[in-house]
Amino acid sequence: MSTTVALDRVGVRLGERSVLREVSFALQPAQFCALIGPNGSGKTTLLRAILGFIPLSSGRIDAPTAGIGYVPQKISIDPGLPLRARDIVALGLDGARFGMRLPSKTRAAQVEEMLRAVGAAEFADQRSGALSGGQQQRVLLAHALVRRPKLLLLDEPLANLDVGSTADIVALLRRLARDYGTAVLLSAHDMNPLLPAVDRIVYLANGCAVSGKAEDVVRTEVLSRLYGYHVDVLRVHGRVVVVAGERDETRIALERDPIHTVTVP
Amino acid sequence: MISGVGAGFISAFWSNGPVRVALAVGGGAAVVCAVVGLSTVMRRQSFAGHALADISGAGGSAAYLLGINPLLGFIGLAGLAAGVMEMAQVQEARERDLVTGVVLGAGLGLAALLLYLDVTLRSVSNAAISILFGSMFSIAPSIVPTVLTIAVIALAASVLVFRPLLVSSLSVDMARAQGVNVRTASLVHALALALAVALAAITVGAILATALLIGPAAAALQVARKPVSALVLAVAIGLGATWGGIVLAYDSFYWTLGHGWPVSFFIVMLIGGAYVLTSVLAHRDVGALTASPLSGCQER
Repeated sequence: MSTTVALDRVGVRLGERSVLREVSFALQPAQFCALIGPNGSGKTTLLRAILGFIPLSSGRIDAPTAGIGYVPQKISIDPGLPLRARDIVALGLDGARFGMRLPSKTRAAQVEEMLRAVGAAEFADQRSGALSGGQQQRVLLAHALVRRPKLLLLDEPLANLDVGSTADIVALLRRLARDYGTAVLLSAHDMNPLLPAVDRIVYLANGCAVSGKAEDVVRTEVLSRLYGYHVDVLRVHGRVVVVAGERDETRIALERDPIHTVTVP
Repeated sequence: MISGVGAGFISAFWSNGPVRVALAVGGGAAVVCAVVGLSTVMRRQSFAGHALADISGAGGSAAYLLGINPLLGFIGLAGLAAGVMEMAQVQEARERDLVTGVVLGAGLGLAALLLYLDVTLRSVSNAAISILFGSMFSIAPSIVPTVLTIAVIALAASVLVFRPLLVSSLSVDMARAQGVNVRTASLVHALALALAVALAAITVGAILATALLIGPAAAALQVARKPVSALVLAVAIGLGATWGGIVLAYDSFYWTLGHGWPVSFFIVMLIGGAYVLTSVLAHRDVGALTASPLSGCQER
């Protein structure tokens, strides 16, 4: 089976700080994969390294040279831009080209199909800056997907979405990965909404990563080895929480991130 | 009788040489500024555009001193400053504003010195008014072809990078991921901006150039829903205000006997009026939108 993206012992330094030390994993076509880790674990850095935005200090990444779809974190559409959802998706198709474009039926049909696929057809003619966070996520997703990239990277797309929108977007992503054969790598600090839907998870901590099926990765012994000290993986009311161990600095790091926090007695 | 006066006014207006030069130069400047201004506003570079215009004023002042056409001075310094600003590439918004502000001050200071020298050494008594506030009716007819050539180059450059700039305005990272050459697009835009600023400076003056560059674009962006309508509307507002200003300035000659009012005043006021009008239109739309969820709550 062909591999869409493969990371081999990837290390990245930002200034003096070694953010990633040895990260290895691979994604196959149509896989829906969550990139999980506490705040500051290097999720954004990892995605930007795959995009080629940041140089590696060690290791290598084999990624599709052209055609990686990307939606950065905390992005909201400037309300001052004269762009309907339709225009943003069209820009995903040919925004890199210079000069004017002539109206084209093929392009309009491609855009329309993409808008329908992400459920953005009914607000496609409104100014995008006025749309809700969930609606904007769909539009940006359509922008990233319209050229049918082999790999789709989404940085914290579920942050700031309400529970209903989160479930909808997760279901949508799972379906699109299957339908288009696109490998989707989605970063999140809360794994709970994703666990039932994803094929794989990559858990990032301590500059390293473990990857595999969620039930094989999110385990006390696996994550303890990754963190380098004891952590507990607990299942409480159907939710998974990772509990910090003895070391103070860990606890401080985890306390900044409520999803991973449970205070140690 | 009214039509007779109207016809007389129109024929005198059209046969007036300086008016025709002003219509051509002002029209070219207005179209270029509207298009380039749109990208400038969307990239949140309005302040940088203003700084470029003020700096170009020093170039215009130097041109008087050297005895060359002010347009060349405007272009020279605006181009140089745009190039330096582009190379410096200050990313942080706060730092960018500070640097721009400091550079702007230095440019205006230099203009103050050069204008003083213009008056004392070359005895060009009207240099300050001309450079800072424009003098459309005293533009030499010989530079019309130059102006129109520059206008075409600036327009072509701006249209060339319009789509890449649009994606970059949405998100620079998304643009890079999709293969947009952000650096090239930004550089071409800086060139077009320098040319647009120079054209605006020769039309309404270095100080008021911002109004022509930013005003029509900002007004259009308040109401336009898609890129093409923003372009068309900005050009219409820019051209309407510039040509309307020329008509009013020509007519004002009869208001206060023998002394016409400055054409720049009318242009800038018409642009300001257009902005107020589009603001009202935009907020009326927002009012309609916010009303509906409220009524929805009451139904429940």
